[in-house]
This record gives sequence, C-alpha cells and structure tokens, in this order.
Amino acid sequence: MDIDVIKSLELMGMGMAAIFFVIIVIYAAVNLMLKWTSEK
Amino acid sequence: MEFLTNGITQVTWQQILMWIIGGTLIYLAIAKELEPALLLPMGFGAILVNIPSSGVLNQTLQGIGEVQGIIDWLFEVGIEASEMMPLLLFIGIGAMIDFGPLLSNPRLLLFGAAAQFGIFATVTVATLLGFSLTDAAAIGIIGAADGPTSILVSQVLKSNFIGPIAVAAYSYMALVPIIQPFAIKICTTEKDRKIRMKYNPKSVSRMTRLLFPIVVTLIAGLVAPASISLVGFLMFGNLIRECGVLRSLSETAQKDLVNLITLLLGLTISASMKAEYFVTKETLLIMVLGLLAFVFDTIAGALFAKFLNLFLKEKINPMVGAAGISAFPMSSRVIQKMGLEADSQNHLLMHAVGANVSGQIASVIAGGVIIGLVPALLL
Repeated sequence: MDIDVIKSLELMGMGMAAIFFVIIVIYAAVNLMLKWTSEK
Repeated sequence: MEFLTNGITQVTWQQILMWIIGGTLIYLAIAKELEPALLLPMGFGAILVNIPSSGVLNQTLQGIGEVQGIIDWLFEVGIEASEMMPLLLFIGIGAMIDFGPLLSNPRLLLFGAAAQFGIFATVTVATLLGFSLTDAAAIGIIGAADGPTSILVSQVLKSNFIGPIAVAAYSYMALVPIIQPFAIKICTTEKDRKIRMKYNPKSVSRMTRLLFPIVVTLIAGLVAPASISLVGFLMFGNLIRECGVLRSLSETAQKDLVNLITLLLGLTISASMKAEYFVTKETLLIMVLGLLAFVFDTIAGALFAKFLNLFLKEKINPMVGAAGISAFPMSSRVIQKMGLEADSQNHLLMHAVGANVSGQIASVIAGGVIIGLVPALLL
C-alpha cells in the first residue's frame, strides 16, 4: 500500500483520538462548571 | 496601436472558462442566494485575476520592473503571511455564537467530535486517488464545513489547491439543505427519524458562560497547541459577546468586522483562482472529494448517535448526531425540518443547535490537530 495512504490512516486514528480526547475533557469541565456555578 | 488588442489576442480558453466559472459563482450568489457574501466576491475576483496581464496581480513592466497588484498583495499580507483574514473572521463568528443550547445539554459536545470523521475519511480517499498527504489533508478539511478553517489549514500546509478548496467548502456549506437529507436517509430508517427527544435544559449561569471560552481555550491549547490560534480567536469573540460590558465591540465584531473581512477574503482568495492553477483535473476531483467529506461527516454523526443509543435509555434521534457538522445554522434547520417531516410533533431544533455549535468547536480543533499532526507524519 502507498506510504501516503498508510500515513492517512495513521492521521485518521490519531486525529479522531485527539479530537475526542479534547472534547471529552471539555465535556467534563463543562459539567464541573455547571455543578459549581449552579444558581440555587 | 498594437497594445489595444494585446488583451484580446493573449486571452486563453482556460481564462475564458474561469470567466464562466466566475459568472456561475455570481449567478449562484445572486439568483440562488448561496453564500452570497463569499461567492459573489470570489466570482468577481475569478474574473479579475483571469484577464491577461491583469493589473490586480503582480506584473513585471518593461523598463520599470515589478509592480505590485492589489489582489496578490492582499493574499500575501492577509493570508500567506499570518492567516490574518480567516483568523479575524473567527472573532466575529465567536461573537455570533450562543453556546447556551450546548452548555445546557453538554453531552451534545460528543456529536461535534464524531462528525469530524468525514475529514479523515476524505484524506484517505484523496491519498488513494494519488494526492500527497499534505494536499489530501488540505482537501479533507473541506469536511470541517467551515470556510475559514479550510482556507487556513490549506494555506498552512502550503497546498497548491487553496482556490478549489475554498470554492468547494463554501459551495457545499450552502448546499447543506440538499446534501444532508440525502446522506441522512442513506443511514437512518423512518423509525430512527421519528425518535422524539425531551428538552430539559440545565440552567446555565452567567459564570459558566464567561468561563466556557477561557476553559476551552486552555484545554485545546494544552492538548492541541496547533489549534490555539483557531480556537483562541473563536473563543475570544465569544468572550466579548458574553462578558456583557463590551456590547458595542461585540456588535462590531458580529456585523462590521465579519462583513469587512468576508468581503476582502472573497476577493483575496481569487488570487488562487488563476486559470493555470484552477483549470485542472485535480479541481474536479477536489469538488467530488469535498462533497464526499460532507456526506461522510453526516453519516458518521448519525451512526455515532445510533451507537450511543445501544447504551442509552432515553434514545437520541440520529439526525441530531448529523447536526454535529460546523455548518451553522443550516444544519440545525435541516434537522428540524426533517424531524417535522417524520413526525409533525417532533421538534429537534434546540438539540440540533447544540450539536451544531459543538461542531463549530470540534471543527476548529480538527483544523489545529491536522496542522499539528501532518508535519509530524511527514518526518
């Protein structure tokens, strides 16, 4: 298989993992913010 | 008197084709109202730069030397040197976005991430078609469904195809109401589309709205530093909006700044629409790949929602997952319309808006991730 195709698959794996990681951290942070700053 | 006929004798068929393409973009902008703020300047610019010895481009004049043309200069200063124009546009976009629907239902964030899959799937297809990894990555970013991100990433990666990529990104964003229903129907059943979702938003305090842009900037910056210019400018715009003490600046960013930059960006991008670079078979391939990217994004978002439904008691309508692309607000409107078509009482708008603004965050993160990863993979 062409080297660029293999690298594109690597990019897919690492890229999606990185995006999900950042989004999940943001998700956790938003939940914490909602909990800490909720108006009672 | 020969100089009077030079322009006519020097014109090539490729330049005439570019006039037709420019005219088509102007037609789509005016008659069909497809992204008119961008397609009209791009269309006119395509005509300007494809006139033989055009004065808007750099010229070497006999006995005088090089003379700078305005569009080449705008491109060098506004895009090539620092990506200033797309980045400034993000301040305005950030000021326009209300993250409220997302913050009140934060799990919608996940759909923004899932719907970026189209970018990477398209990169792979592009490499299979023979594009280099850098060009393939620049083409794949059309799937971010975000014009400024596409322009910025293709410029940073020094792609030879900035013009076709920008045209594809903006054209397909305008065509979301046609592309998304087709893609959604491929991967969902009538029963899926009828799933109703309760809307029980959590209350969002002002403090959360203020902290959100700062926290997102810090997280994205620490994990994916290459994304910080994109994410940072988007979130800076949002902070101006939410702080409540810069109302006039927020309005300026949302209206005047966005209008001015959009106007100049459209003309500037036309520098990359010179016939010798644009009239190639690669341009046609890029248009097809761009369409594929939008289809892959939509399918990935919908399938991700179906996957989550395997574990959830309260099911998510898969169409909400498809709204995780960045094309805001077109995608949300499409999902609301399709929801009502499936069931006249099925109101999905607020869920779709949440997923859609999540797509705006995820698409700029995706842009930064690609800028960070591609050079590392080339080593």
